[in-house]
Amino acid sequence: MNVILIDDEPLARSIVKEYLQAYPDVNIAAECNDGFEGLKAINQYNPDLIFLDIQMPKITGFEMLELIEEPPAVIFTTAFDEYAIKAFESNAIDYLLKPFSKDRFEKAIQKYLQQQKPVAPQKTEAVLEVAGQSPVQQNRVVVKDGSKIKIIPVLQIQYLEAADDYVKIFTSEGSFLKKKTMGYFDESLQAFQFVRVHRSYIVNTQLITRIDAYEKDSHLLLLSTGAKIPVSKSGYAKLKEVLGI
Amino acid sequence: MITGTSNRGLLFLNVSWWLIVSAVHAYVLSELLFSAHEILIDTLITSGLLGGISFLIVNNMRYYLPQREKYWYILFIGICVSGMSSLLSKFLFNVFLGDDEHYIELTQHTAGIRFGVGFLLASCIAMISLLWYNQEEQKEMNARRTEAEQLAKEAELYKLRQQLQPHFLFNSLNSISALTAVQPEKARHMINQLSEFLRGTLKKDEKQWNTLKEEMQYLELYLEIEKVRFGYRLQTDIICEEAAINLKLPSLLLQPVVENAIKFGLYDTTGEVMIKVHAFKKDNSLIVSVKNPFDPETSQPLKGTGFGLPSIQRRLFLLFARQDLLTTEKRDNNFITTILIPQAI
Repeated sequence: MNVILIDDEPLARSIVKEYLQAYPDVNIAAECNDGFEGLKAINQYNPDLIFLDIQMPKITGFEMLELIEEPPAVIFTTAFDEYAIKAFESNAIDYLLKPFSKDRFEKAIQKYLQQQKPVAPQKTEAVLEVAGQSPVQQNRVVVKDGSKIKIIPVLQIQYLEAADDYVKIFTSEGSFLKKKTMGYFDESLQAFQFVRVHRSYIVNTQLITRIDAYEKDSHLLLLSTGAKIPVSKSGYAKLKEVLGI
Repeated sequence: MITGTSNRGLLFLNVSWWLIVSAVHAYVLSELLFSAHEILIDTLITSGLLGGISFLIVNNMRYYLPQREKYWYILFIGICVSGMSSLLSKFLFNVFLGDDEHYIELTQHTAGIRFGVGFLLASCIAMISLLWYNQEEQKEMNARRTEAEQLAKEAELYKLRQQLQPHFLFNSLNSISALTAVQPEKARHMINQLSEFLRGTLKKDEKQWNTLKEEMQYLELYLEIEKVRFGYRLQTDIICEEAAINLKLPSLLLQPVVENAIKFGLYDTTGEVMIKVHAFKKDNSLIVSVKNPFDPETSQPLKGTGFGLPSIQRRLFLLFARQDLLTTEKRDNNFITTILIPQAI
C-alpha cells in the first residue's frame, strides 16, 4: 500500500511515520512539506492513501485536493479547525486531531481498510464542498494553469462563465478552468459583490460600467475591461438590488 | 436620590440666600423709617421662617425628587413655604410685637405682598437647589460611567493579552508527542519551555507593563518552541539595541506581533523564512519592527493586514488612545510591522 505524508512540520510527519511502522505492507512513497510537493508526489506515485495537514504554506490541504482529478483516500491530520471538523465528521474517511494517540491512529487506518472497496473520491469531493465554505478559503481561488498552480485573489476575478462541468474564471491574466458548479461560486462570491446575472454568468459588480437594454426582457452589461455579458430578466432584478438602482 | 455627597454646599447656598434676603428686607424697612426694634423683629421673623421652612423642604429633595413634574414641584414648594410662614408669622408678630398695634396693623395690610414676595423668594431658592441637585446627580452619573468604562477597558485589555492560538498549542503538543519516541530529552525540554510560555500567558498579573528585556526573554521562549515545530524553515534575527533594553512596553504585546509575522511568512512562502526583529529607541519612544517575507502575487488583500494585528491595534488604542502606533508596510517582498510605544516621561 502506497502512502504519502503531507505536512509542513517535520515532527508531525515523523509521528505518522512512527505509527505506520506497525504496518509492514505500508510503503511511504513520499514526504512533502507543502501542497505543491504533495501534488507532484501524488501525480508521480499515485498513492492509495494520503495523510494531509490543512494549514500549510501557500495552499491549504483542501485547495491541493481541489486540483486533483481523482483524489486518493485522505486521512486529515490537523490541530484545530472548526470548519474543517464539521466537514470531516460527515464525509472524510477520518480525521486525526493533533496530538493523536496510537490507538486513535489505528482506528483511522482500520476505517480506511474497511471502506476501501467502494472507492472514496465522492467522499473527498463532499468534504471539499463543505470545507470550501470556510472563510479562510473564500477570498481566493486556486486553479491549475498547465503544470503551474495559480492563486487568484477573489477581487481580481472579472467574471465567471459556465463551461460544461467546469467554470471558466476570467482575470486580467487570462482565463482559468475550475471544476466547480456555478451554484458553488454564486453562493461563495455573493459576499464580494458578485452577482449571477445569467444562468451561465457571474459578474464582479465593481467592474460594471454600463447596462444597456437588449432585445425583449434582457440586458447587456459592459465591463471596464471591455467584456460584454448578457443579463437575464431575473439576473437584472438581482443586479438592481445589489447596485441599489 | 443623591447619595454620598455632603449637603454643605446646599446649606451654604440657602444660608447666603436668606441672609441677603434679610439684608434687603431690613434695608427696605429702615428706608420706611421704622424703629430698630421693629425692623429687627420683623426681619428675623419673616426671613427666619421663610428660610427655615424652605431649607427643611429643600433638604428633603435629597430623598424625594420627582422626575417628571419637577417644575410644578417648585411651584408647590413656593406656595407651601410662603403660606406656612405667613400663618406662623402672623402668630409670631402678635407674640413679639403685640403691644405695637400700629405695626401689627401694617403687617396685616401687607400680608398679601409678603405672601407674594415670600412665594417668589422661596420658589427661587427651590429652583436653585433643584439645579444644584441635578448637577450633583450628573456628576455622580459621570463618575459611575467613567468607572464602568474603565472596568470594561481593563477587562478587554485582559482578554486581549490572554489570546492564545489553539493552533500553536496543539501543534506544539503534537511535536512533543513525536519527540518522546525519538528524543525524550528534547521532548522534556520542550514541555518545560511550553509550560513556561503558558504560565506567562495565563498569569493573572495586573501588571500591564514590562521592560523590553523581559518581553524579549518571553519572545525567545516562544521562538524556540516554534523552531522545534518548523525546523530549518524558521530562522530569526533579533537585534535589540542597548539603549532600548529598559524601555517599557505593554506586556504580551510583542509575541503576538512576531507570531503574526511567522504565520504570514511561513504560510505565504515555501522554503526558509527569515524573521527579523529590530528594537531601538527614538525620540523617547520604543520602536520595534518585525519583518517577514511574503509573496506579493498571492498574498491576500484582505489578509494583508495580518491575522492578529487588529487586536494589537485595539490594545494600543485602549492604552494610548492613538490609532497610529501600529503601522505596516510592504517593501521588497517583505512585510514590515512596526509598533511605536511612547514612553512616559
